[in-house]
Amino acid sequence: MSLSENQVSQIAHLACLSLNEAQLKDNTQNLNTITSLFEQLANIEIDGVEPMLHPLHMFQRLREDVVSEKEQLALFQSIAPKVRNGYYLVPTVIK
Amino acid sequence: MHTKTIVELYKGLKNKDFSCVELTQYYLSRINQSKLNAFITVTDELALVQAQVADDKIALGNASILTGIPYAHKDIFCTKGVKTSAGSKMLDTFIAPYDATVSQKLNQMNLVMLGKTNMDEFAMGSSNENSFYNAVKNPWNYLKIPGGSSGGSAASVAGGLSCFATGTDTGGSIRQPASLCGITGLKPTYGRISRYGIIAYASSFDQAGIMTKTSQDAAIVLNIMAGFDEKDSTSAEQKVPDYTTNLNNSLQGLIIGLPKEFFLSGLDNEVANNIMFAVKEFESMGAIVKEVSLPNSVYAIPTYYIIASCECSSNLSRLDGVRYGYRSKESKNLEDLYLSSRSEGFGEEVKRRIMIGTYALSTGYYDAYYLKAQKVRRLISNDFKKVFEKVDVIMGPVSPTTAFDLGSVKDPVSMYLADIYTLSVNLAGLPGMSIPVGFAQDLPVGLQLIGNYWSESKLLNIAHQFQLQTDWHLRIPQEC
Repeated sequence: MSLSENQVSQIAHLACLSLNEAQLKDNTQNLNTITSLFEQLANIEIDGVEPMLHPLHMFQRLREDVVSEKEQLALFQSIAPKVRNGYYLVPTVIK
Repeated sequence: MHTKTIVELYKGLKNKDFSCVELTQYYLSRINQSKLNAFITVTDELALVQAQVADDKIALGNASILTGIPYAHKDIFCTKGVKTSAGSKMLDTFIAPYDATVSQKLNQMNLVMLGKTNMDEFAMGSSNENSFYNAVKNPWNYLKIPGGSSGGSAASVAGGLSCFATGTDTGGSIRQPASLCGITGLKPTYGRISRYGIIAYASSFDQAGIMTKTSQDAAIVLNIMAGFDEKDSTSAEQKVPDYTTNLNNSLQGLIIGLPKEFFLSGLDNEVANNIMFAVKEFESMGAIVKEVSLPNSVYAIPTYYIIASCECSSNLSRLDGVRYGYRSKESKNLEDLYLSSRSEGFGEEVKRRIMIGTYALSTGYYDAYYLKAQKVRRLISNDFKKVFEKVDVIMGPVSPTTAFDLGSVKDPVSMYLADIYTLSVNLAGLPGMSIPVGFAQDLPVGLQLIGNYWSESKLLNIAHQFQLQTDWHLRIPQEC
């Protein structure tokens, strides 16, 4: 199946990326080459095969619901570009 | 001094042939004069402070074999107070407020960090040409690639800019650059070394490892880096052996499996000859060679690029220009802020993989791509299981060719083919190594050793025995 420029543009939007005209053309070509590579998997017999989601088949460990991190506001603010009165100052985005 | 191994530097420091401060100054001077572009950040001041601390420890008689050893750290490991960019414009101004577990462990042993090495952006690449900080050069030939994504780390060790270096291997990123630069590279079993504080690319593949001059050095460093970490939910609760104890075991009766799928068309003849010469060397040490088959390994490339891209699209969604990292200055509204920051902050290969992952995970394609790839991943893993019922180790090439010319591979699929022999190991989560076994077209060739789960000790033993019989690992590039 071949991806159109419209479809690639939609994929880029879903991925929170914007592409100019030249990039859209390049990416459409490259994504089509890459997805044809994926077609190699089309005819493999996988009935009854369990998906392998993790190489070690481990269970996710759980921990006690207790605070384990100490408060490090001063450390984190020391590397922030701008702070005032314990708050981070960020550029205005929405007026 | 730059040709010495950890073991040799330890002896020199202990015998007071040189101090750690002198050793560090020597390496820093080599880095400053180098044209390899192997480092993104050189931590001169910090290194000299650490060297002085190491000298004090040595003077007090409290030193270990790693005290004061100068190393290079891949710029994907968070290092407290030091820029951690992952080779990306997106994190160009990011100074980590904490240490990765690996960094913390190395700091506790009083090693000297010379700086952070160059890498393909977010570890996505096979040539080290995808870095925001420009390509790294191969120390054996400055017109060639060093391999990726840990190309800066590999070049720093091969070029004598550090005694050893850290790396990460998601699809071959330790073994492939180690092979192309003529050094020893070890990717342990998935979960063997903590992933805490490593900037994530593909979480079910990413594995930290080591790039050294010798397998003995790799064993020494693995002793420190390996182990369970409660901060990493993918870390394995497995006992850590002393990796140096079995290095001298005999290889008499060792059964080596050669997968026939690793020797098909596409493999350079000279590379193949070097591999077979190395296998004969093992036979002369008492090993037995068997042909084996990994039939599904031929699907490793599409399987890996589907799953890794899906995981990358999820992991990199956190980089939106709001919380940290690059923020576009030209946004009109919030949506535009996300779009512009990500579009300006990420490089082309990263954007490509995010889009592949977004597509493969979308409704209608999830079953055909992602779920199918996870099932093929199981088949690839099962192939290895069957083979390891019959053999102790699998051997083969790391890369189909020697290092290619910088800028010569233009299309992404041809670049992905460079990982053809390494990807299946990551899909299964097995340990793998690359050791230098010869030269083709005046460039190094690496032999890949693949072991069963948790068999790092066996791999290091096999590699060490080979390095006792040969001198390929001692060769150094002329200009270095």
